[in-house]
Amino acid sequence: MKHEIQRIGEETLKVLKDMESSEALQELKVKILGKKGSLTALLRQMGGLSPEERPIMGQVVNEVRSRLEQAWEERSAELEAIALEKRLSLERIDITLPGRRVQRGHHHPLTQVMEEIEDIFLGMGFQIAEGPEIESDYYNFEALNLPKEHPAREMQDSFYITEEILLRTQTSPVQVRTMEKLFPYLPVKVIAPGKVYRNDDDATHSPMFHQVEGLIVDHGIRMSDLKGILLNFSRQMFGDSREIRLRPSFFPFTEPSAEVDVSCMLCGGAGCRLCKGTGWIEILGSGMVHPRVLEAGGYDPKEVTGFAFGMGVERIAMLKFGIEDMRLLFDNDLRFLQQF
Amino acid sequence: MKVSMEWLRELVDLDQSAEQLAETLTRGGIEVEGVENLNKGFEKVVIGELVSLEKHPDADRLLVCDINVGQESVVIVTGAQNLLVGDRIPVAMVGATLPNELSIRKSKLRGVVSLGMLCSREELLLDEAVGLDRSAGGILILPPDAPIGENFGHYLGREDSVLDLELYPNRPDCLAMVNVAREVASLTKKKPHLPKWADQDQELPLPTASDLRIIIEDEDLCWRYAGLVVEDVQIEPSPEWMQKRLKASGVRPINNIVDITNYCMMEMGQPLHAFDRDKIQGDVHVRCAYPGEKIVTLDGVERNLQIDTLLIADDHVALGLAGVMGGLDSEVTKDTKRLMIESAHFSQVSIRRTSRRLGLRSEASNRFEKGLNVHGIVATLGRVCDLLLELGAGRPVALVDVVKKLPSGRQVSLSAEHTSTVLGVELKVDEIRQVLDNLNFKYQQQKGLFQVEIPAYRSDLEIEEDLMEEVARLIGYDRIPTTLPQGDLTQGSRTPGQEFRRRLRRVLVQSGLDEVLTYTFTRAESDAQWGSAQHSIPLLNPLRDELSVMRTSLVPGLLDVAARNVARRNMEVGIFEIGNTYWGEEQPLKDLPREELRVAGVAVGKSGKHWLNQPIDKDFYYLKGILEEVALEFGLKLEYRSAKNNSLLHPGRSADIYLKKQCIGFLGEMHPTLEKEWGLERVVVFQLELPPMLEQMRQTVRAYSIPRFPAIQRDLAVVVSMEISAEAVMAKIRKLGGELLQQVEVFDVYTGKPIPDDHKSLAFSLRYQSLERTLTDEEVNLLNSRILDGIQQEFGAEWRK
Repeated sequence: MKHEIQRIGEETLKVLKDMESSEALQELKVKILGKKGSLTALLRQMGGLSPEERPIMGQVVNEVRSRLEQAWEERSAELEAIALEKRLSLERIDITLPGRRVQRGHHHPLTQVMEEIEDIFLGMGFQIAEGPEIESDYYNFEALNLPKEHPAREMQDSFYITEEILLRTQTSPVQVRTMEKLFPYLPVKVIAPGKVYRNDDDATHSPMFHQVEGLIVDHGIRMSDLKGILLNFSRQMFGDSREIRLRPSFFPFTEPSAEVDVSCMLCGGAGCRLCKGTGWIEILGSGMVHPRVLEAGGYDPKEVTGFAFGMGVERIAMLKFGIEDMRLLFDNDLRFLQQF
Repeated sequence: MKVSMEWLRELVDLDQSAEQLAETLTRGGIEVEGVENLNKGFEKVVIGELVSLEKHPDADRLLVCDINVGQESVVIVTGAQNLLVGDRIPVAMVGATLPNELSIRKSKLRGVVSLGMLCSREELLLDEAVGLDRSAGGILILPPDAPIGENFGHYLGREDSVLDLELYPNRPDCLAMVNVAREVASLTKKKPHLPKWADQDQELPLPTASDLRIIIEDEDLCWRYAGLVVEDVQIEPSPEWMQKRLKASGVRPINNIVDITNYCMMEMGQPLHAFDRDKIQGDVHVRCAYPGEKIVTLDGVERNLQIDTLLIADDHVALGLAGVMGGLDSEVTKDTKRLMIESAHFSQVSIRRTSRRLGLRSEASNRFEKGLNVHGIVATLGRVCDLLLELGAGRPVALVDVVKKLPSGRQVSLSAEHTSTVLGVELKVDEIRQVLDNLNFKYQQQKGLFQVEIPAYRSDLEIEEDLMEEVARLIGYDRIPTTLPQGDLTQGSRTPGQEFRRRLRRVLVQSGLDEVLTYTFTRAESDAQWGSAQHSIPLLNPLRDELSVMRTSLVPGLLDVAARNVARRNMEVGIFEIGNTYWGEEQPLKDLPREELRVAGVAVGKSGKHWLNQPIDKDFYYLKGILEEVALEFGLKLEYRSAKNNSLLHPGRSADIYLKKQCIGFLGEMHPTLEKEWGLERVVVFQLELPPMLEQMRQTVRAYSIPRFPAIQRDLAVVVSMEISAEAVMAKIRKLGGELLQQVEVFDVYTGKPIPDDHKSLAFSLRYQSLERTLTDEEVNLLNSRILDGIQQEFGAEWRK
């Protein structure tokens, strides 16, 4: 009987090695070890053995069985590996074909830039204020130290609705509106983004455009603070290595006034086509808030000082993205917009 | 203001080039827009002599010229017919770029090499004053004394450079050469050398005219009027040096008298006008026009005058428009023997109004409009006297000076300490004193406090801050350090409205729409169609007709954008805009109008072909899906009801959108009858009001837990009549399902065989779940059949197995 068992073991092992599918392997396993398997049948005969022979035979059977099982597992793992390899070799896709596209829209470049400007100033502790686009002559001009018939009004050709009501030509009216609202709270520290309007239309002017106004009023605000805040802004907007310079200028609502240039973002200041060889690019107007404007806002110019600045969002967007014609920004050609 | 460097050098010591000075001035607050080299275009044009002239061997119309250009001679082929041997002519050498931008290259004309070009007046942009009469229509022929080989620009006296100043409105003083010289002197710390008349408030050693009375009728419009009487007038051309300076300043020379008045205006900033004294009958009146009054101005145009137009008149007729243009009748002619030269102040506002109205703007009107120095009126006439005598143009004999109002001198105090504080620069008292000295201002000093006497020509300096700017720009803005405000730390923040708009914009972009920005003014007709004609606000002075009213709807602007894109073959359009609409309550407006925020979108076309994805139609459900995304983002329950009375939308494919029982907008396909107008087919639009959405939005998310017990899924398909809405059936299902029915969704809608006509099949997927226990199949089956019974009864629905 022992020989019989060992023979079954040897033969099975031999066949097993040539099995080519896991199904056939399973079949063979049932044939040998199943309920009606040949080895199982031999085991059943063990009842007829003497008590001395039984443990010895038991040991032989177990040995054979465990050898067989191990071989089965090995072969079955081999077969799986072969099957997997085959599957992987068949499952090939062209990875250069385009993916399933998720349709995503695009933010208009001007709102992108405007949000970026807002975020920079939010980080510096500014609040965001707003004011009406259709504005009174008082807020747009008079409260900003531009009385009727002031020659500086001509710098800005206005769209009028009545003699007293117009489309605001600048975001500066928000200065006085905000001070009126906040007085006597200090510090006043706001920026005011929005649409403004001037009667002008060419490659560098649009009848409607966007500005961001900034205003700080507090005890002891200095012109050097203006420079510090704007340097900080310029570096965040145009890069860490930017420098700024101030040039004397004129705005009726600031005194002293300054035009702010930033070192050219294209050539770094060496001089190129973008900066017309000067190394500097004008980005915004600014100055110390004129005492009459502080007064119009309710604050006492003997107690507090402030600075204000205003920048054209279109200009910044054009510089940032290398856009040459302002009209592209309002033409809304999707091929243009989908670049951003 | 055009500033001749040659002229400027006479008025101030200068060791800078034009370009350097331009930089100094710009950094000092006087912006220089450009530096013009007057010789531009003439660099490689020389005077040549025509040595010989022969017919071209192979072309009848061409001539081969041998030209002596000094050191050498060149052969040039020309087609000109007006030349004679021995003529002196301007020759553009190879490499020249002429004033008309023509570049000259070596060329070959029918086999003959031509090394340059002979120039006409037109090519050199010259007028008839240059050259002989024979030049007309051909090559410019110069007088026989023109030096051979000389640069043509030098020959014309064009070696000067001109700075073009872009003046801010606060510096009208720099419309005078003497004040530009003062400015340059202050910035470069050099001494100016000004004519003695540059000092204000000087008297002229002339008797008062006995036969000339000047009557100012409105002293608000004319503060001062001085008339200089000149006899023995000799009209002739002015000398070359004066003509050159005038031309460099952009003024055309006319004759010695007119040129002297213009020259003094450019130099001193005070406009002058010369009248023929013998044409003035009786007194000189400064008055406003009478109703219906007319005048023929110098340019020969008869002009109807408004009653607020300020005039210079004699006892009978108007002699000229004050400050704007003289009259033809009193013009100085070659026969003029006696003059009255006017030097006066006129109201800025009046002059601006008149020059605008008549479209007449001149160097003179520009100076009056910007405001001039009343203290310099007679001093300028002193300068006129000097030049009249110097040029032998006439003999000043008498003066009339009528003064109604003379602005008083101004003193402004300046504290060194305060200046340091405001600028943020530590400044020594001496530095400030130095600045005031450089400006040539008079002052009294008490330690750190200065009482500064403001000269009359600096009308812009009114308060201490103005002087601080003078200090800052003279020490240089670069001296100001960079610091940060010292106050309390502040928290940056957006308003809820701003936050809402940002989030809304993000959801729409993430959903696939492109953001556009359109003009807020639009065509009246389109706005009336989509918005409210009754409320739309017209502009008084629109740029164009199609930009003439403030919008009450965002839709026309978006339809324009869609149409423009489709016309350019951008066939797939899905766009939105967030922006204001403007609502006027009365016409004309008395108060500021309401500005109401809206969001609107337009979609048309279908998504492009893709090898995997099915193309998506940009239809009603496309935009509805996006609006559902929006509703989800903000926790809003938007309700869609069939659009009522909306003639703009397809009646079967449109909805009014409600939020808490309030209609806040619409969504729908545009009515087919409007398609042609926009050139768009099957276009879908929506518009929503923002404020109600902001008000109703969910403030924070309240999370619920996920049930531990398994859910049971059942599908249910029914056939219902076409007019029954899916929403109605779902509402019924939800009601019958009770709290165990957790979710109902439509997963299929089908029409066509075998479904009967006018019917549709709706398939729902229902999910049952309990928070407390595991549901049994039996109870779910029971609920499901109860639901089926219910909708069969309510809608006559038929179960589709």
